[in-house]
This record gives sequence, C-alpha cells and structure tokens, in this order.
Amino acid sequence: MKPEFWSITETVKHVITGEITAQQIVDGALDRITFLDREVGAFLEVDKDGARKQAAEIDRKRAAGEPLGSLVGVPVALKDNLVTKDLVTTAGSKILEGWVPPYDATVVTKLRAAGAIIVGKTNLDEFGMGSSTERSAYKQTKNPWDPSRVPGGSSGGSAAAVSAGMCVASLGTDTGGSIRQPAAFCGIVGLKPTYGRVSRWGAVAFASSLDQIGPLTRTVADAAAVLQVIAGHDPRDATSLEAPVPSYVDALTGKVEGLRIGIPHEFFAAADESAGPEEEGLGFTPNPGPEEEGLGFTPNPGIEPEVRAAIERTIAALTERGAITVDISLPHTALALPAYYIVAPAEASSNLSRYDGVRYGKRVDASELLELYRRTRGAGFGPEVKRRIMLGTYALRSGYYDAYYKKAQQIRTLIKRDFDRAFRFCDVVLTPTTPGVAFQFGAKTSPLDMYLGDVFTLSCNLAGLPGINVPCGVTTGGLPIGVQLLGKPLDEPTLLRTAGVIESAVGLGTRRPSGAGGI
Amino acid sequence: MPEQIEKQTKQTEMERMLETWEPVIGLEVHVQLATRSKAFSPSACEFGAPANSLTDPVVLGMPGTLPVFNRAALELALKLGVATGSQIRARSRFARKHYFYPDQPKGYQISQYDEPLCEKGHVDLIVGGAIKRIKLERIHLEEDAGKNTHVGAVSHVDLNRAGVPLVEVVSAPEITSAEEAAEFMRALHRLVRWLEISEADMEKGQLRCDANVSIRLRGEDRLGTRTELKNINSFRFVQNAVENEILRQIRIVESGGRVTRETRLWDADLGQSAPMRSKEEANDYRYFPDPDLPPLVVDGALMGGILKKLPELPAARFERYQKQHGLAVDDARTLVSDRGLADYFDALVTAHPGDRSGRMLANWMLTELLGALNAEGKEITQSPVPAATLSALIVLVENGTISGKIGKEIFAETYQTGEAPLAIVDRRGVRQISDEAALWEVIDRVVAANPKQADGYLAGKDQLFGFFVGQVMKETQGRANPSMTSDLLRKRLGR
Amino acid sequence: MAELTRKEVEELALLARLHLEPDELDRIGSELGTILAYFGTIAAVDTTDVPPMTHAVPVDLALRADDPAPSLPVAEALRGAPKRDGDLIVVPAIIPGSES
Ligand SMILES: [Mg+2]
Ligand SMILES: [Zn+2]
Repeated sequence: MKPEFWSITETVKHVITGEITAQQIVDGALDRITFLDREVGAFLEVDKDGARKQAAEIDRKRAAGEPLGSLVGVPVALKDNLVTKDLVTTAGSKILEGWVPPYDATVVTKLRAAGAIIVGKTNLDEFGMGSSTERSAYKQTKNPWDPSRVPGGSSGGSAAAVSAGMCVASLGTDTGGSIRQPAAFCGIVGLKPTYGRVSRWGAVAFASSLDQIGPLTRTVADAAAVLQVIAGHDPRDATSLEAPVPSYVDALTGKVEGLRIGIPHEFFAAADESAGPEEEGLGFTPNPGPEEEGLGFTPNPGIEPEVRAAIERTIAALTERGAITVDISLPHTALALPAYYIVAPAEASSNLSRYDGVRYGKRVDASELLELYRRTRGAGFGPEVKRRIMLGTYALRSGYYDAYYKKAQQIRTLIKRDFDRAFRFCDVVLTPTTPGVAFQFGAKTSPLDMYLGDVFTLSCNLAGLPGINVPCGVTTGGLPIGVQLLGKPLDEPTLLRTAGVIESAVGLGTRRPSGAGGI
Repeated sequence: MPEQIEKQTKQTEMERMLETWEPVIGLEVHVQLATRSKAFSPSACEFGAPANSLTDPVVLGMPGTLPVFNRAALELALKLGVATGSQIRARSRFARKHYFYPDQPKGYQISQYDEPLCEKGHVDLIVGGAIKRIKLERIHLEEDAGKNTHVGAVSHVDLNRAGVPLVEVVSAPEITSAEEAAEFMRALHRLVRWLEISEADMEKGQLRCDANVSIRLRGEDRLGTRTELKNINSFRFVQNAVENEILRQIRIVESGGRVTRETRLWDADLGQSAPMRSKEEANDYRYFPDPDLPPLVVDGALMGGILKKLPELPAARFERYQKQHGLAVDDARTLVSDRGLADYFDALVTAHPGDRSGRMLANWMLTELLGALNAEGKEITQSPVPAATLSALIVLVENGTISGKIGKEIFAETYQTGEAPLAIVDRRGVRQISDEAALWEVIDRVVAANPKQADGYLAGKDQLFGFFVGQVMKETQGRANPSMTSDLLRKRLGR
Repeated sequence: MAELTRKEVEELALLARLHLEPDELDRIGSELGTILAYFGTIAAVDTTDVPPMTHAVPVDLALRADDPAPSLPVAEALRGAPKRDGDLIVVPAIIPGSES
C-alpha cells in the first residue's frame, strides 16, 4: 500500500526500521497535499518548512539512536482552531486573520513530543460554528467522496485531509458533533473523548463547557494511538481530569461477547408520531406535527432509509459476534437540540468577547472606541457567528438568564441523568451519527435546518460523554455512512473496542474516496 | 471665599441639615492581594514595571487560553473572611462579568456573583474609645483590570495590572457619616495590612474605594435613591467625596428636586463629583458561571491552616490593652494602628517580669523607642533594640538601679551601639546611689558648703529646696536616688 | 414567543458590540425569532429542583501554586497589536470615567 494510506502502526514501524525516512514521508505528504488540495481545499495553511524541519530532527534522532515517540514520522494535520506557536491560527475567522500565536496548544506539544509531524492547519466553520465547513471565512472544503458535497463540519478540513490521504491523522474539536459528523460524512473514524480527558489549553474556545479535542483517523487503532498521546491531565486546564490514562491500544481486543449495546428508541423513532416522552410528563411534543410547518424548517429530519439499514446491519453484525442489544430510553433526547443551541451560543457570545481589535487580530479603526468595537466585530465575524453571538447575548441578558441559559443547563442535568440510568443497563449506546449522509453545498438554507442535522450528536456533549463515529457502510450512491457509539464517562476503551469490531465487520475496508484516487 | 471660611460655612450648613437628614453609606472596597503571581496565570505581579512587560497569553486574553486559580489568593481571601467573622462558602463559584473596555482583555472580568466566597462578616471600627461594628454583605474574589491612560486624542493601554488578584469587600449600608466612611477605610486598611493580605498602598492603587450614598429623613426605614461614587482613593478623599455627595443630595431634595440614580466620578483636584457618561442599555453584565472554572471548594484542611495562622485582631487588642494593661485610649489606638507596633508591645509585655507595668512599658516604647525610630524614618520592625533589651532597661529603672533620667541616656546608647543596658550602666558607673550612709555623707557636705542657702530655706524660701537637690545630683553625677535624696534633705534641713 | 422587535435586535447588537447593516438586522431579527420560538419548547419543561449542570464533569477547582513564571517579552506580547505607541497599545480616546 502507498505510504499515504499507511496506518500509524505501519508508518511508525517503517520509520523505526529505517525502511523510509521521516523526510521521505513528509515529502510524500506535502506532494500529495499540493496535488490534491487544490481540489479538496482541506488546508488553510501548509507548514512545509516546519514539517521538513521536524522530519529532519526525527531522522537525526534515529541516526543517533535516541528514543523515538509512539507517533514518530506520522504526518498530522490540525484544525485551525488549535493554537500553534509561530504558525498562523485563524479559527476560520477573518477577525483572527494573520494571528501568529506565541504558544502551542497542549495537544500540539504532546504530538510533537511523540514524534508526530505537523503538516498544516485545516479548514473549519468559523470558530467551529457550523456543520458543513461552508461557514469558513476562507474557503470551501469538498468532500473527497463527492466534490459536490460538504465534508461536514465544523472539523471538515481535518476530516477531508485524512479521508483523502493527505495526512495519517488529524485533530478536530467537537462541541456538538464537530468531529463525529464530518468523520461520518468523510468515511473515517472520529472520536470525541470524555469532557476533560484531553486538555483544552490552546483550543480556541467556542463553548467552553462542551468543547473537546479529539482525533480523526482512518482506523480505530489509529484513533486509539492518537488518543493515547493527547489524553491526560493538564494543570493548565482546570476542567481537565486527573484520572489515569488507560492503554487505549490494548483495548482493541476484537471481542464483543456479552457486551450490552443500548439502542435508544427515541433516536430511532424520531420520525414516528407515536413515539414520544409525553408519558414522562415533559408536557410537550418533541416531534411537532405539520401545523408547525410555518416555522420554515422541518422540525425533525428523520433517518434516511439507507442510513437506517446500515445501522441495522451493524447491530446485526455485533449481535452475531455475541453482543446483546438492550432497549433503552433517553426520554429527554428531544430537548438536547434546544438546550444545546442555548448553551453553546451563550458561552460563545462570552468567549468571543475578546475579539475586539485591541490586542491582536483584525481592527477596523474609528475615532470612537464604541465604533471601533462595533465596526471591528461587525466586519470580522461572519453571519453564523454573529447570529450565535446575538442568540447567546439574548440568552444571558439579565431577566432572561433563568428562562434560557439556566433552564438549558437544568435540561443538561436531565439528559445526563437519562444516560446515567441507561448505562445501568448497557455498556455502550448505539445510534446513527447523522440522520443522513453528506449533503450538497447550499442544501441547508435555514440555520435551523442546519442545526437539526446535529440532533444525534449533541446530547453526548451536553452530558460530557465520550462518543465515536465509525464507518459502517456506503450508500448505493457511494457515500459513506457512520454509526455513533456513546460511552460512560472515561470509558473510551469500550468505545474503541466496539468500534474496532464494527470496523472489521461492516467498515469500508479498502474503499477509498474517488477524490483521493489520483496518485 | 477664603478656604477656611468656606469650610466653616459648609460645616454649619451640614450640621443643620443632619438634624433632619440621615446619610446612608455603603462602601465597596477593592483590595489587591499580595501574591507573587496573578490570579489566573503565573505572570508576575509587580508595581512599576515597564508597560506591558508583565503579561502572558492568559493575561492578554489570547484565544485558547484558560484560567487556573492561584492558591495563595484563596488563602489570603480566606484570612480576611475569617478575620471579619464571615460565613465561608464551602463551594463558591467564579462567574464572568461582561463589559467591553480596553483594559479588560477578555471582554469579561472573572469575578464572583451569586455564590461569593464570604458573606455576612463585619469590620470593627475604632470610634473614640469604643468599637463600632459595621456589617459586611460579602467579600468576593476577582481579577483586576489593566490601566488606560488618556493622552489627547488617544488612550494608551498597559496590561501589567490585568489579572492581579483582588478581593472586593462590600459593606452593608450602615455607615452613617463621612467620617465613619473614612474610618471604615482606615479599619480595613489596618486589618489587611495586619493580616499581611495586602500592602494596601493607596498610591499604588492597592486599595480602592467606591461609595454608595443616599439620604433619608431621620427615623425613616426606607432607603433613598443612591448614587455610586467612583475613584476615591485616599482616606481624605473618601471623607471629602462622601461629605460632598451628602450635601449635594440634601440640597437637591431640599430644593424640591430628586436624586437621580447614577454613577459619579470624584475629582479630587476640583473637590467635586460629576456624573459618568454611560449608555444605559449598554450595561448588562450578563453574569454566568465561568465554565472554565469548576466550583471553588474550601475544605477543612485548608480552613484549619488558615485558622492556625490567624493573629489576634486589632480591635481585640485595642480592648485588651485598655482592660488588661490599663493603657490610655490614645496609646492603645496607636499601638493597634500597626501590627508591628502591637506585636512589639506584646513581646515587651512578655519579656517583662511582673504584669503591672503596662503603662510604663507603653510609655517607654512610644516615647523613647518610637521617637528614636521616627527620627531615622525607620519602622518598628527595623528597631535595633529588641523588646527583651528594652524590658531589661525598664527593669533597671523600676528596681532603682538607675534613675529614669539616666535610663533615657542608657536607652540612647543601647539604641546606638546595641550594648546591653546593664553593661553600659556598669561601665559608666551610673548606678543609682540608694545607700543611706553614702547619701548622708554627700548631703552633709552640700549643706555645710552652703550655709546662706540653708538659712534662707529655714526662713521659708521653699524654692531653695530644689537648689539642694540639684547640688546633691551634681555631686553624685545624677546618681542619687531622687526620692531618698528628698527625704534625707528634708530631715537634714529641718523642715 | 413573538418576533423580536427591531429595537430589541438593535439593543442586542449594541450589547454585543456588533455593527449590523440594516438588512442584517432584519434577517437576524427574523431568524432569532424563529429559533427562539422553537426553543420556547424548553420553557414548558418542569425543572423544579433540578440543579443546573454548569460543568460537564463534576470536579473541584484545582489550584495553582503561587509561583511566577517569566512573562512574554513585550515585543512578543504586542506582536499582533493593530496599533501601538512604543510598548503601549493605542485605542481611541476614552473619556475618563466613561463606559464604552
Ligand atoms: Mg462592585
Ligand atoms: Zn469589583
């Protein structure tokens, strides 16, 4: 197989044995980026010099017999909301155009220490706010499987780069599905760790209580290898967990006998009028009927038949291998979306207050300070970001706080309790990652339509749980389908183990996106 | 109008007005905590460093940065909480307070809102000879802002101070005069220095005060409309600003107007306040719990450490000095004005044998020792005379080894050279002569040598008695025991 | 929930320090109205005695030792500052005591 589609294990092995130099790997990756990325548009910045320098250092270390890290020679791309010292970091926003940070994110420091080679920064929806990467202030990223379709988002660039073989692994951030959804759309593995498992130091904040950094890779084993490096307590992040880091690589036993897989009927019955938690006393119908069509959006998208079929095949494959399915109920599921779209914008409106044109980034000058602020922020932020700042500002205003932000946080508690209860009966929860496959550019016209695509991924972030996307098939049209597994807090090992079995049973095998076939 | 007359006119006007009106004042005092690094990042805290030289990515509010709280800031705040008798919240919370300002790098200040660290404490004021207790609503932790300097058409921003830890001490609205407001500031200043929480140097902005002022008719319960005075950063300014505001409000109300709720900025040069320009709708702080900072937990071990280290507080010592040591109010107040003074006095008491010498000890310390230190511009902590040495000297006076007058000379020498008082006494040979036979011998000689004066005294010239005492002292180089000398002289002179 | 009035939208934009063109004000106003109407669903949920979940995982605040670390060199700290005068950042004049 060509080096660009090597796994991490293969890459590391070849570098250590000296069959290939880090320099050769990097040159190959950079060539491939040069050739492919004109079409795909995954990268905002390619750090050729930096990558070659890192490769040279690795080759020197190897020649000198110095110890080499677990990711030695592995080309890695970083979502451009991860801060890199002396390398432009924009978070996909004009307001940070040209910003050169004086420090590295903790994950970047850890990757470098493990011998990974940072090849560049990838495209994203501005500040992570979006589900298609169409909201980047800089460029469009195309889905390598079909250039007329979006790669998903907000980590669309990171997903596309890995999918097309422009790097072996990438990092993304996931606030409401931003790793798992693009991974599903691009046919790769995307892992959102437990909140606090990976340090957020150096991740440009979108919604602080939801954000988490995680790997996007072509295989489950690669996801485990990257997580192994980036996980762990960081004294610079007060929300990072002190729990010891288990061996994720060893978790991949290939066995699921006796594993209890929870199937939440609320996720699958989303389109059914009959299903609904009225009996739980929620006092509202989670799936509004046709009388609400006047809102200008489809209140519930339902699951596309081919996605549903793939998920059912996945469940069957697991039970064939000894797993047990358990019907579970997550009665507050329908509340996840409104709760998320209050919590996330509220925190975002706060986090984005620092972009004021004073200390760094873009400034639109004015003779009065107030105007300087308004003009700078008016010109620096894109429409989706402005919309969320407005929404979040609304939700935090005095007099509205209790009805919105606090209420949404109370609903988080209810959602978390749902999961706590469910995990008494099952070990993992299995759902589709997305209701449908990658959509066409411009297909989602209203903001709410876009938001509704996140309906399956949000509750994971609200509850702080780990979640993973694994490819589980392709549509007749040749687009990848992803399945999502959600786990107990810190139970990434079980997620990875289950994902590994799915990968070998119903995964994509050697199928590659057409957009990656050129060389 | 000459300043003096203006002042007096104001005074009488005020007195008349205060018969009708009662001022209600609440203070919000910001105290910088004396930590080495900032509240939420390891950037150093220093005064007077070159502009923007004390920053890091956190202080600059750079993307991707996160706050990690400084343990020392918590400990200092807890000391103040305990010393003010506050209820300490086992789980308090940091919140974000949003407003845009160039000295506020993140667009929000990390502060505490509805779950502050301390509530319901009090500060004890020394008013006259008594203690007056002012309740506190809360003490909360927060971070300082940077500094804007206004230069013509532009403003300059220096972020050195941004992120320095503060406590905000909020009094209940139960201060009832401008003098009391100033006294509250003094008491708090004394307390935080006493506890070594802050240097509280007002010129360096380490203690800053805002005042909420309203007036109401005497006997009324309801609070009037209040104004907030900002930027009153010295004891004198507090008094002036509050007094000025009380007067302003009473004049408005007495002339049929209404006090507007507003924030006013005190201009110490002009001696008046002016309303601050602010856009009403632009002021909504949108507080919410900071998602980057989990709850701040104060556990038993932490509290135990704080309680163990807490010294006896100034108000308690003020009362003890009077009751137990019989000190005068003024002396007691002077001693508790500074932790070093009080600690020295306590050390002096401890070193000194017997326990009835309080007044004498205070006297020696405040007159001789402080006099000498002041002359050199030294602090009590720099005293070259340890408490045990001063006590040894006072013992020599008390037991009659030397006279008080000689004692002062010995003190001066001890202060200069550090030599032990007794050693100086022996070397100089200045032990007091209390031996009756020896004194008789001197007295006989003096009387014999001055027959005219002896006759004069006998004839009723009382003032000549002093002449003979002087002669005896002269003969003994001042070493004669003064009271024995008087007794024996009287006997010898026959009157 | 009713649509936001134009005045409310303008107030929000001022609070958030966002200059919005008239057409943006209209568009965002109506979008917010739609979104908030949908989100109104959560108002009906009974959350009596349900504590708000302010943090995704329950941890106590870890504290940092009071050890100062070297500061950023001024040149690096101000590298991205759009307007400077020597080692100071420059902004339009703030009238002392005004809140912007
Ligand atoms: Mg205040
Ligand atoms: Zn304050």
